[in-house]
Amino acid sequence: MDTTTLRVLPCGDTALLVEAAGLDDVLALHAALDADRPAGVVDLVPAARTLLLRFDPGRTDAAAVERAVREAKPVAVARSDGELLEIPVVYDGPDLADVAHHTGLSERDVIAEHTGHDWTVAFGGFAPGFGYLTGGSPRLEVPRRAESRTRVPTGAVALAGTFSGVYPRSSPGGWQLIGHTDLVTWDVDRDPPALLRPGVRVRFVAVEPGQPADSRTARTAGGDA
Amino acid sequence: MTGLDVLAPGPLATVQDLGRPGNAGIGVGVSGAADRGSLRLANRLVGNDEDAACVEVTFGGFVARAQGPLTVAVTGAPCPVTVAGRGAAPDSVLRVPAGAEIRLGAPPRGLRSYLAVRGGLAPAAVLGSRSTDLLSGLGPQLLREGDVLPVGPAPARFPVVDGAPGRPIAEAEATLRVVTGPRDDWFTSRALQTLLTEPYIVTSECDRVGARLDGPELARAGVGELPSEGMVPGALQVPPSGKPTLFLADHPVTGGYPVIAVVVASDVDAAAQLRPGTRVRFVRARTSHPATPRSGAVWPSANRSAPSSSGRPS
Repeated sequence: MDTTTLRVLPCGDTALLVEAAGLDDVLALHAALDADRPAGVVDLVPAARTLLLRFDPGRTDAAAVERAVREAKPVAVARSDGELLEIPVVYDGPDLADVAHHTGLSERDVIAEHTGHDWTVAFGGFAPGFGYLTGGSPRLEVPRRAESRTRVPTGAVALAGTFSGVYPRSSPGGWQLIGHTDLVTWDVDRDPPALLRPGVRVRFVAVEPGQPADSRTARTAGGDA
Repeated sequence: MTGLDVLAPGPLATVQDLGRPGNAGIGVGVSGAADRGSLRLANRLVGNDEDAACVEVTFGGFVARAQGPLTVAVTGAPCPVTVAGRGAAPDSVLRVPAGAEIRLGAPPRGLRSYLAVRGGLAPAAVLGSRSTDLLSGLGPQLLREGDVLPVGPAPARFPVVDGAPGRPIAEAEATLRVVTGPRDDWFTSRALQTLLTEPYIVTSECDRVGARLDGPELARAGVGELPSEGMVPGALQVPPSGKPTLFLADHPVTGGYPVIAVVVASDVDAAAQLRPGTRVRFVRARTSHPATPRSGAVWPSANRSAPSSSGRPS
């Protein structure tokens, strides 16, 4: 990525919105700026195609922040490096049949695709503890539901676009629900509160309903697991 | 440790400090006082650190009793204040005897008042902040009658002034300065002109997340969907209805509708004081950095070392 060609847009007088070619570039730029945080930058908000940098105007200014962006040395984020989190899923979601229909796969194949590829948390944003999971199966690309649900239950495992996700608590939502997990992905009284943090790798594991709780507890493993 | 007994919260009262920045990666917004300058002033008056937790009182109606002698200050929307039944001045240092009541009436203008207590309010912090984030549900619950708010130990320094004038609060009409963009190019040039000339009215759909505005529709130049991107307080996000929403402290971390312009940080506090029915005008902020995103670099800088505005493919 050539940082000199990035589009840098004003976002008020205390933030800049950097537009990159795609998610990989966003993540590479985010990793570089997060590792070597420019002075006065107080928050980095990565998203699908943009990185928002909020800064403290008492400590820096837009020109200096833009300069730091253009001088950054983004390095492609190796998706195999992150911590691995296994998430046990009962594949009983109400949209499983619709997802099969959209993808031309059988329900069994949808499950095989979802569990057969490791995903990576790219960014957050929808709600505390929600991670947008990327890099899974390209065969599972599906649209959002035509109508959002007013209530998606805690632990729902879902798909939309090329993303997968786990609803950290009950909320409205428009993603296609393919299953659910009992794993608590968000707990403010735990350190860290969010299991799904940017960079964490996720492997979904199909389990049967009622399978004993101990085997449904997520394991975390080191980088080469 | 002393405390404050909440006798009546009024329409909406929450505990706020300066929020929890730095957690966007896990989907947690900054939150904190909607009018940050008023919270800072209230804390300075009573000798607290500027980021100590206060009560954010929405449209008055808040009554509390001091468990022990307290030093307090009320800033922001200028509500009538009484201490032990006697009138007291806003934006000043007030002594509240043990057992006395402090009452905040409805403000004649503005929306949010801040009650600082020397020592700071000390309910349990979540992710480093005592702020209630109404969008994400983090932090203390909304204050209710019967709640007891613990007060922390008094800081070493003492109040240095008896009072300090707060920022004037608009009555019927307010003017807010904006920087256009980041997505002004998603709109017709006429839409931008409209935003910068026509008044908008704050509707009753107005809370800590944001204020929906009524006024001329802002038409998009084309069709398409914007992938969700980071949001900031003061952002004027335009949903398909064409009527902008002005984001405040508890705005979503990311949003999928284009932002036509952003209110400058020093005017966001004033935006947080706009009550329903207030007319608001947006004017372009004078800035030493003219925003010219389409030419490449936004912020010209004479001493830039990196290659920039010229020579970039468009």
